[in-house]
Amino acid sequence: MSQTIAAPVEVEIPSGEDEIVRDKPWVVIVWNDPINLMSYVTFVFQKLFGYGKEQATRLMLEVHNDGKSVVSSGTREKAEYDVSRLHAHGLWATMRQD
Amino acid sequence: MFIPRPVERMEDGRFEVRLSGHERALLRGLPAALDDLLVAEPHDPSLRRLFPPAHEDAELEAEYRGLVGAELLGGHRASLLALAETVDREHVSEEELHAWLSALNDLRLVLGTRLGVTEATYEDGIDETDPQADDLALYAYLTWLQDGILEALT
Repeated sequence: MSQTIAAPVEVEIPSGEDEIVRDKPWVVIVWNDPINLMSYVTFVFQKLFGYGKEQATRLMLEVHNDGKSVVSSGTREKAEYDVSRLHAHGLWATMRQD
Repeated sequence: MFIPRPVERMEDGRFEVRLSGHERALLRGLPAALDDLLVAEPHDPSLRRLFPPAHEDAELEAEYRGLVGAELLGGHRASLLALAETVDREHVSEEELHAWLSALNDLRLVLGTRLGVTEATYEDGIDETDPQADDLALYAYLTWLQDGILEALT
């Protein structure tokens, strides 16, 4: 790293609003549907996210009883990756910025 | 009445498949039929559950589709092919059984979409005079088999 001290220059300070939008995490939501079996949904949560049986079952029951559940969150890239893996396993998943 | 499980985990980590010749014949034909549909009519409405939207926003959704659409299709086809190729085996590996599970789930998603399956479908039983009785019986069989595989795996 350079040790010289640069003269101060004018920089454009990013507005706070943009920063907040960029930093907001994306959440991945799995929706209830009548075709995917409860045991299968639990299995997929364990397989894809490494959740233990108990946590996977809790999330599955949330989907089943409440109609949906947030199963993961993070950057847009991570959320997109998780959604695509859920889609590959036939689950009804969507993502949105929280 | 004792109904044996369709799939059982063996001591060596593989799985024993206990299906009749009739069941195997059925499972040989179904993946090929769905694969044909995926290739010939990729926009058929009964396939929509295999390619659910990720985003509400149309622009983001188009981006997502461009990014993963082909890979998703390839994954569905690979599972169907794996089921068709291993359906006559007495033993399968855990990885092969995972492919069976994915393929069976895809078959149920498409058949279930066509039949308009709801939570009540599972409780109602099948009315023999229903014009959809045969497909409902097939759906029930695939559900039973998928559940049996999950029991063996977990």
